[in-house]
Amino acid sequence: MIVFLIKRLANAVLVMLAVALLAFLIFRFAGDPVELMANEQMSQADRIELREKLGLNDSFLTQYGRFVVNAARGDFGISYRNGQDVMTLIAERFPATMELALVATILSLLIGIPLGVVTAIHRGRWYSEGLQFVSIIGVSLPSFVVGILLILVFAVTLGLVPAFGRGDVVQLGWWSTGLLTASGRASLLLPSLALALYQITLVMRLVRAEMMEVLRSDFVKFARARGVPRRRIYFRHALRNCLMPVVTMTAMNFGSLIAFALITETVFQWPGMGMLFIQAVTFLDMPVMAGYLCIVSFIFVTLNTLVDIAYAVIDPRLRDATR
Amino acid sequence: MTDHVQPTTPPRQPSRLARWRQSDLWWSFTHKPSAIVGAVMLTFLIVTAFSAPLIAPQNPFDPAQLELWNSELPPIWEADGQWPYVLGTDTQGRDMLSAILYGSRISILIGVASVMLSLAVGLSLGLIAGYFGRFIDNLLMRIGDVLLSIPTILIAILVSAVARQMLPPELRDVGAAAVLVLAITLSAWVQYARTVRAQTIVERGKEYVQAARLLKTPARRIMLKHILPNTLTPIMVAATLNFGMAILTEATLSFLGIGMPPSQPSLGTLIRLGNQFLFSGVWWVVLFPVIQLCLLVVSVNLLGDWLRDALNPKLR
Repeated sequence: MIVFLIKRLANAVLVMLAVALLAFLIFRFAGDPVELMANEQMSQADRIELREKLGLNDSFLTQYGRFVVNAARGDFGISYRNGQDVMTLIAERFPATMELALVATILSLLIGIPLGVVTAIHRGRWYSEGLQFVSIIGVSLPSFVVGILLILVFAVTLGLVPAFGRGDVVQLGWWSTGLLTASGRASLLLPSLALALYQITLVMRLVRAEMMEVLRSDFVKFARARGVPRRRIYFRHALRNCLMPVVTMTAMNFGSLIAFALITETVFQWPGMGMLFIQAVTFLDMPVMAGYLCIVSFIFVTLNTLVDIAYAVIDPRLRDATR
Repeated sequence: MTDHVQPTTPPRQPSRLARWRQSDLWWSFTHKPSAIVGAVMLTFLIVTAFSAPLIAPQNPFDPAQLELWNSELPPIWEADGQWPYVLGTDTQGRDMLSAILYGSRISILIGVASVMLSLAVGLSLGLIAGYFGRFIDNLLMRIGDVLLSIPTILIAILVSAVARQMLPPELRDVGAAAVLVLAITLSAWVQYARTVRAQTIVERGKEYVQAARLLKTPARRIMLKHILPNTLTPIMVAATLNFGMAILTEATLSFLGIGMPPSQPSLGTLIRLGNQFLFSGVWWVVLFPVIQLCLLVVSVNLLGDWLRDALNPKLR
């Protein structure tokens, strides 16, 4: 177990080092940092001094090592665009993205699981087939399209909810939350739904497939033969056995949900990390891009590692299987 | 009396078409309505997109044909609609139907090109990794692991942003399509490589490959002529579904403003341009490209869904 743990953690660290290398390459070689930071009035001597100060004359490995050490401390340098500390910028925006992704995850479970159960139990009925068809469309719709359609229907035509921004936020320490105000909750509705739709269809399809498999198993047949009420069979016996993969998928997909939030955030002008990143991309603000890449990948890799470890704790067979 | 013995004709080889019509694949196709709908829809969309210069009422890229007084016309069934602007015009007087047809052509071309390129990269790297194993396998698969541990959309955004930065400014518009293909390929090849690698490792151990090896068949020939054909079934499914994914990724990047420029708008660019007028009541400039994009991707996914079920040996 300890060997497995060490191997898995070492693997995660290696992946993070590779991501850091990627981020470093972007930061260092996509455009000259000095040219991007310098303004018109800077003399040649100033530029050379800046180059020296930034340590751009050191060897490649030294620079990369310094980048990794600083990144591990949460220091990604200063934004080219407005001269603020990158980590502060990202930390400011972090709660908005987190709330969006968390609410979307909860929505996807609350809506996806019941739909999956219904389509599995009532297989072949028109509404199950209809839901199956809709789920293909749901997978096919890109999230920005979902966002635009939701805005068009609920904000522009019906005028029910705000279409952009976060509404009023309350500051709890360093965490700013929109969940405590009415306008904050109303603003959260459309973006989280737009972000959740893809996840809803995934959960629904997964639950449906798992349910259909479990319903064929012997213990369900036995429960039926014993005369256990149907509702109890479906929700007590069958559904419980389906939830493990759903939990795994939800945990693993949380990272990509945060990444995909950048599209939703752009559509809804949601002031999260993703919008910061897209602005950084259009302005070629390399430190912000590198910082965002590292942080999102860190969340992604951490979640995957935790899921793997949790699985190994639950199921000892996996410890040997994963070499 | 001469008895003519009828010369026995050898049983005629059924023609390709006849064999195809008796295949399992054709049978499952004709018995799955959603697959037929997908195929018909996709054919229609591709044909209309590629005959755009013939059927579109206007060339949306030719500034001489744009008339500003025809701007913001609603679709033909609304009160102020005007022939021939069936789906209305945008703020520059560009006919939406023409723009959508031309835009679909760009979207489809980029989709096809990136699937082709990622197939080429993924298949060859997967074959090499699976066939030779050892160091090269380890290296390629670790690179794949790293790429898979970053969300694909992030890779695509980063590659396309950085590659555009590296192009000289006068080439940025021309090179946009190439940059997009590159970005999508870099985020998609790992999946093919992994599938082919796993299959190659299985096939490598079989007798026919060992026989070919004993005959001193060159490794390249074994990989391409012997192993590759046996790995293609799962690849076909993946390629179909990835075609839809590629179109979506392209649209997303263009929507975010790091894809096709407004001078050569793809569907994503059209949606981005239209999105700016979402609140001014000009709903048709955004809604119609959105519908076209959805039809395109849905029809591809319907086909992919059918292929996955039809080619899955477990479900037969």
